[in-house]
Amino acid sequence: MSTTLLAVQTLNGLQLGILLFLIAAGLTLVFGVMDFINLAHGVQYMLGAYLAVAGYQLTGSFWLALIIGLALALFCGLVLEFLVFRRLYDRDHLDQVLATFGVILFLNEAVKVIWGAAPLSLPAPNLLDGAIPLVNNLQYPVYRLALIVSGLGVAALLYVLVTRTRVGMLVRAGATNPDMVAALGVNIRRLFMIVFGFGTMLAGFAGIMAAPILSVEPGMGDNLLILAFVVIVVGGIGSIRGAFLAALIIGLVDTLGRSFATDIAKLALPPAAANDVGPALASMLIYILMAAVLFFRPSGLFPVRSA
Amino acid sequence: MMTRRLTAVGLPAALFVVLALVPLYAGVFDDRFVLLFATRILIFAIVAVSLDFILGYGEMVSFGHAAYIGLGAYAVGILAEHDVWAAWISFPLAMAVCALFALVTGAISLRTRGVYFIMITLAFGQMAYYTTTSLSAYGGDDGLTMWGRSELFGTGLFNGDTSFYYIVFGVLLASYLILKVMTRSRFGRVLEGAKQNEARMEAIGIDPYRYRLTAFVLAGTIAGLAGALMANQAEFVSPAYMSWHRSGELIVMVILGGMGHLHGAILGAIAYMVLEETLSGYTEHWRLIFGPLLILIVLYGKGGLLGAIRGR
Repeated sequence: MSTTLLAVQTLNGLQLGILLFLIAAGLTLVFGVMDFINLAHGVQYMLGAYLAVAGYQLTGSFWLALIIGLALALFCGLVLEFLVFRRLYDRDHLDQVLATFGVILFLNEAVKVIWGAAPLSLPAPNLLDGAIPLVNNLQYPVYRLALIVSGLGVAALLYVLVTRTRVGMLVRAGATNPDMVAALGVNIRRLFMIVFGFGTMLAGFAGIMAAPILSVEPGMGDNLLILAFVVIVVGGIGSIRGAFLAALIIGLVDTLGRSFATDIAKLALPPAAANDVGPALASMLIYILMAAVLFFRPSGLFPVRSA
Repeated sequence: MMTRRLTAVGLPAALFVVLALVPLYAGVFDDRFVLLFATRILIFAIVAVSLDFILGYGEMVSFGHAAYIGLGAYAVGILAEHDVWAAWISFPLAMAVCALFALVTGAISLRTRGVYFIMITLAFGQMAYYTTTSLSAYGGDDGLTMWGRSELFGTGLFNGDTSFYYIVFGVLLASYLILKVMTRSRFGRVLEGAKQNEARMEAIGIDPYRYRLTAFVLAGTIAGLAGALMANQAEFVSPAYMSWHRSGELIVMVILGGMGHLHGAILGAIAYMVLEETLSGYTEHWRLIFGPLLILIVLYGKGGLLGAIRGR
């Protein structure tokens, strides 16, 4: 393995980690504050991507598509909240899992009906096209770097929002003890709406940013949803800091594992066996990581509620 | 009280009588499709019953229950690939593999609670899934075709449509009865007691962990047996048997039927698969109807189909 490959894969891992963080942040906030498992969060990511593609087909501009995508993703999220999720906050987790599973089935299929099953693509904006040289004549696409930077920017913004503002304080308090927050006279429903809308926008943003580098297709959110759940469980549910760290760890472990597992397996196994074991081990790595973390810390790395 | 006992005994009894008569119906109307479809439904019903045992009585929301179907199926498929067709070897082996997997993963998973439990069982399910995709000697991603069915002491019972149906029916009935007896025993009361109040259970000197783990292993073993049957039914095994979507579907079946009664899970499996078959007959976009239907059932149909039957 060369250092160039290692550098590229590390950047790719960071990029996956950032995407995961954008999805996991909304998921962990919604779960932490509202005690609501939203499986349909991955669908929000998919909707963001599709709506941006639709916006691009309409306007021909990536930036306008970004704005249209974000606005419409937020709108869809709020409609879903109004129609379905609002009725689930008081239910047990099982009901929430099932009803939001129903939302996934519906929206995946609806997207297929409207845009077809074939993958679509969203071209990267001219401004961020092309590649720039990094260390020892390594070329890396500007767009991917921009994705990492914008993701880090969102993470910083989120950090400031959660730790330095009044709404952030309420969110943290709500994650620790929602009943007490409600008893102190905070309109918890409105807080829910704000948190939910914000989480939806983050997932939509992740989808739009991912659209130029991944294919836009029905069900694209499903696998990322599972990864995002792994992230929030490893990080400790309700903890933004935990989600950020866990997202980067999971992103790096998954990406580096996929590129180097076969080589590493070859150190211990004959080549033919290593070619079999490597990819499987790479796919399993994050789940092994999660099982190990939960074995030693059953409430994740940064537990919020001491229940 | 009287009517409640009647539904508690009468409904499952009626259900099994109707199921026992399916081959008769198929024979009279010469409808092979119904028989094959019913066989498939009953195999899923076995898995759903086993899931209901841990979900409905022990509050263990396993999001990786499909893994056992796959492990059981692969045990049979891999042995068949090596020309071992004897069911008395492959079926106990399938169950043993699943029991071991459930013992190891359950021992770790049961240290966690709630959502963490859901996610860690999902993680183990995914590990099993990716392990089978890497078995390139046994088809890898594409799965493994079996060129025949298991053999039971040279009787060929697995090959006849009707006889195979009754084998599956027998396994379902036996699983139901064993689990039902267990839920009525001290074991089942401990399980339910721990669900209601774990601290009190521990205060009277009972460690719920061991009971939960036993239930978890039992459920996994039964699901593995169903997996072995499924390999025979499809004459094909593939990693898709244990995808997380399948685990989700199994939970849907249990809830749809009404959890915590065992026969509710059977009703749920029937309803889910008939609904899927019917809707997909109308339109390829059947999920467009099924998704909202599921939401409505969760929101307004408390207690699933059983709740509806009882008229609550």
